[in-house]
Amino acid sequence: MTDFVQLWVYLSTTPLFGLTATLLTYLLAQAVYQFLGQAPWANPVLWTVLLLASMLSLSGTPYPSYFSGAQFIHFLLGPAVVALAWPLWQRRDELRRRAGPLLCAALAGGAAASASAVAIGWALGLPDELLRSLAPKSVTAPVAMGIAEQLGGIPALAAVFAVLTGLVGAISAKYLFDALGVVPAQIRGFALGTASHGIGAARAMHVNSDAGAYAGLALGLQVVLASVLIPLIARIL
Amino acid sequence: MRTSPLLTGLAWLLLCQSMGEALTRLAHVGLPGPVIGMLILVCLLRWKFVREPVGAVADALLAHLSLLFVPVGVGVMTHMALLSQYGLRLLVALVLSTWIGLIVTALVLRATLRRTGASPNAEVLQ
Repeated sequence: MTDFVQLWVYLSTTPLFGLTATLLTYLLAQAVYQFLGQAPWANPVLWTVLLLASMLSLSGTPYPSYFSGAQFIHFLLGPAVVALAWPLWQRRDELRRRAGPLLCAALAGGAAASASAVAIGWALGLPDELLRSLAPKSVTAPVAMGIAEQLGGIPALAAVFAVLTGLVGAISAKYLFDALGVVPAQIRGFALGTASHGIGAARAMHVNSDAGAYAGLALGLQVVLASVLIPLIARIL
Repeated sequence: MRTSPLLTGLAWLLLCQSMGEALTRLAHVGLPGPVIGMLILVCLLRWKFVREPVGAVADALLAHLSLLFVPVGVGVMTHMALLSQYGLRLLVALVLSTWIGLIVTALVLRATLRRTGASPNAEVLQ
């Protein structure tokens, strides 16, 4: 028994643990998601996060020792943002042909999400620091962290808000679009990429390749628009 | 032995990101490094020797995009004190603003596409 405890103490402090636990839990959640016919509420990110967080809490493993392994996955978020150049480039003709409508929608949707988050938070009496971390919530996590830092928010919280925003979109968008009668896959995908970044785009990619491509396009546009406009508007206000 | 397109593609991604990080720090562009890296890469993709390896690695990386958010998501557990104090209000703000963002984007895009006559083919997404 003591051997086992010692082994656990050793394993839980090596980077190997965080990396293995993340991959295995994600594969399990992914398999369940497929088994359930990709039901929105079975979102693999949601369940992986819940399972890992409760496992760490129950075993008393501190987040930093988990992150020492998980950072290798986390690091790839940066190159993934760079990789968004690919869907943008692939769809460049469409982007050029529909530049007006797509830019209008990306601007209006991004602004509405960011402004309404801050306004609702302010009306509910959230402290200033949290409001500054809420503003970039529709942008993919690594970029949201950068923007929050510029605004004087808390980068780690901004990343958490971005992930939660992604999950809300990925889980609820289908029902919202059905209720509104928004049918075309391109429009659904573009809205998902605009309002819930990578996690919404991942959901769109699972469901339909057209929706996925438009989600990737929206994601790339939102990253550029938000990182230019949000700090600019915050400075003016 | 042929060089692996995945490795070459990854090297291009990292190189563009590094150039982006260098530019934000040196020229104070005010954009996050990876975003500038993305803009640089868009310009480089016109060349086939960049496009082929980058396409391979980007497809692989973006197919598993959601996995990359897990470590940050688990970080929720370190903010439990803050979240238990403001959790419900934060949730209301996050959920409502996401719905507003989704609805505004979808409706504006539908209206502007209709006006320009570039309406997308109405295929049903289940």
